[in-house]
Amino acid sequence: MLIDGHEPVQQQVSTIPKGFNPDHLKVYYGKLFPHADIFKWMSYGNDGKHPGCDLSYFGRREFSFTLENDIYLRFQSFNSATELEHAIREKCPFKIDIGPVYSVDPAKRHAYAQGGDNVFTPMERELIFDIDMSDYDDVRYCCSGADVCLDCWPLMTVAIKVMDRALRDDFGFDHILWVYSGRRGVHCWVCDRRARRLTNEQRAAVADYFRVYKGSENNAKKVSLTGPVLHPFLARSYTDVLEVFFEKKLLCGQQLFSTQEKYEKILAIIPDESTAAELHDRWQGNRRSSIPKGDPNIVRWEQLKHTLQSGKHKGQGLRRCIEEIVFSYTYPRLDMEVSKHMNHLLKAPFCVHPKTGRVCVPIDPDHCEDFDPTAVPALSEVSSLKTVET
Amino acid sequence: MEIVRSQRKTSDSAAAAPTISLYRSAPNIEVRLDDFELFAIDRLRVLKGISDGLSRGKKPEEMEKLVSELWRTNMRLQEQSETMEKDVISHFVLRLVYCRTFFVFSEDQRKWFLSMETALFRYRFRFESPDSQNVKDKLNQVARSIGQPVVNADAIFFKVPFEEVAELVSNRRVFLFKGYAYVAMNQVVSLVATQFRSLLSKALVLTNRKWTSTIREQEKDRLTPIVEALSTSYLGPDYSQAKEFGEVSLKDIEQLANSSFPLCMRHLFEKLREEHHLKHGGRMQLGLFLKVGSERFDKEYAYSIRHNYGKEGKRTDYTPYSCQKIISSTPGVGDHHGCPYRHFSEENLRAALGKMGVGGRTMDDVMDKVRNRHYQLACTLTFESIHASSCDAGINHPNQYFTDSQKVLKTKVTIFKLLDI
Ligand SMILES: [Zn+2]
Repeated sequence: MLIDGHEPVQQQVSTIPKGFNPDHLKVYYGKLFPHADIFKWMSYGNDGKHPGCDLSYFGRREFSFTLENDIYLRFQSFNSATELEHAIREKCPFKIDIGPVYSVDPAKRHAYAQGGDNVFTPMERELIFDIDMSDYDDVRYCCSGADVCLDCWPLMTVAIKVMDRALRDDFGFDHILWVYSGRRGVHCWVCDRRARRLTNEQRAAVADYFRVYKGSENNAKKVSLTGPVLHPFLARSYTDVLEVFFEKKLLCGQQLFSTQEKYEKILAIIPDESTAAELHDRWQGNRRSSIPKGDPNIVRWEQLKHTLQSGKHKGQGLRRCIEEIVFSYTYPRLDMEVSKHMNHLLKAPFCVHPKTGRVCVPIDPDHCEDFDPTAVPALSEVSSLKTVET
Repeated sequence: MEIVRSQRKTSDSAAAAPTISLYRSAPNIEVRLDDFELFAIDRLRVLKGISDGLSRGKKPEEMEKLVSELWRTNMRLQEQSETMEKDVISHFVLRLVYCRTFFVFSEDQRKWFLSMETALFRYRFRFESPDSQNVKDKLNQVARSIGQPVVNADAIFFKVPFEEVAELVSNRRVFLFKGYAYVAMNQVVSLVATQFRSLLSKALVLTNRKWTSTIREQEKDRLTPIVEALSTSYLGPDYSQAKEFGEVSLKDIEQLANSSFPLCMRHLFEKLREEHHLKHGGRMQLGLFLKVGSERFDKEYAYSIRHNYGKEGKRTDYTPYSCQKIISSTPGVGDHHGCPYRHFSEENLRAALGKMGVGGRTMDDVMDKVRNRHYQLACTLTFESIHASSCDAGINHPNQYFTDSQKVLKTKVTIFKLLDI
């Protein structure tokens, strides 16, 4: 079976995880999934109830469904809330992705492919961000890959705080939706009309505004902060969010200085080798001789700061290095490609993650520190509400 | 623009025109057919020079100097009015060459033209605008003359919607507040350059329409052959037409990777084999090099799939990345794409080269090129060392590296139906 040139890819292991059950999913789509709200949202007022609205608007939006056997249906479109609901209930997709609003109905795009002025091209799309915990594997020691726990989740909280504030204060956006991705990250939908109309270049500019990571996997230094002072946005993020989080939470939560391997990673960020060596010797000596009072993570961090700030090591290069360490360990890591292109798909809110069975619920950015990913309702619990009849 | 075979006649108004044009409308100038082509080639030399400079990572001051030199050697004519005409004519000819996206040319090349023209505009705007200290002094004089306090001209700024200065936003060179960018006077060039780029981008679409609907047919005996020749002559082979890796098995590719892939692709392929996954940038760089559609790439070469990377449009539009594009990419955390000579730390690069069999003197020579930011030369040296054969043209494209390597190794290239230039 070939749909739109996408060959369905066979899952290697076709076991369906515990929290996830297609029958439960049917119940969920039948009883709980907010079809009408999604329709209302994605219509942005073009729903026939307002004067001068564009009735073709919602019908030009691409939805894509991933079905049970990893069959992938792209370019689905619907003309009403009812059509959308019927399709979802009938096909019972394991995953629903939302794409852009195109110039023409995406389901009929081939009819327009013959040329002419009515080209099939994306016209509007929310500005989206995707932050994935697996991109933080080098700075968390509690879990790796797809796992998250309450020790590393705060990295996401920090990302939300930094991004949300900048999107509102710097870019002037108001309609921002944060959503738990169901497993190990968060998605952000910026829905202001102005955001939806950004060109790819402008999207890339916004994404780059948030970018501080320069190194790749093949270069130790990951964050590079240049210039005599930080940009107002970075400075604000540092003093309001990152610094406090690093010192109060991450330092001890992840035991950043507890072993030689861990602190060597931090010392590698210091450009001056003799300074790094000095600290290294000191901490190695610690093991035998005097055991410092207090938590070794805090003690060593203070020692590092003190050494870098002391008059002995002049020049802002080394002082900037403290900020670079904090940024390296805390600053949001975005999947840039997702944000840069209008036609990128993003999983719809309120989907159920097919691996964890957890519902992709919204997160209130003003209270994001209270969000607990391990307490998000899972499909099995939700459907055990015993809603009979489908 | 009128094009005639006779001698060129200068139009009267040109002398009064400003020295730097926004090219808002095609000039009403008569052009000799020879000049039509020669001017375009001269301008291409300038653009190509800028492009090479940027991909070598030259600093802004070095670039300014380079562009000014390129302009002087290639574009300057005796009279200022002649230079201005040549500027305008050559620009519009290249528009014809680069507007076409559907046939020989790919979207990438149109983007290349857009970027290089904008870069050229930006540098010319800098060195051809009046001395700024002088302007500051005069402005102060004006202020005093009308009884206003003297302002520090540096403190002048513009407030514009952030969308209009995307480039300044992207490298955080403006202050943003509630959707507005506050642009310092000395950044204004970026504002103008952005306008320039967007006007040119729109104009290219219109030109393309005109070209396909009328000009190509009307001019089929005169301009069309010139334009078509220009599009292929100067930029090296067009890899967008290359064939797929066909029925080559994974095992064969592995062998080819060891013998004939440039380091950037070798590294990506290795990572893919190791981790069964590459992030988007890596998938694009390697996938396009291999000329394998992204679904097939997912299915056969990677085992984990992220369907999110849905791209609409003709997949055949994707041209394999050139060295320039790879060098100027910006790999982030977890990424493996980019140019190893530029993006690896020295230590990692040494290790990788060692694995390819580079050592001793050559290793030092390669590292030397890298330090001087001659990444393509470093790659060329690597090629020459492991193939024990010279590569006079230098390496400009990973696919060229591959074909040249295959030629040297005298493998039956035809089996692989690959990249017959
Ligand atoms: Zn954890």
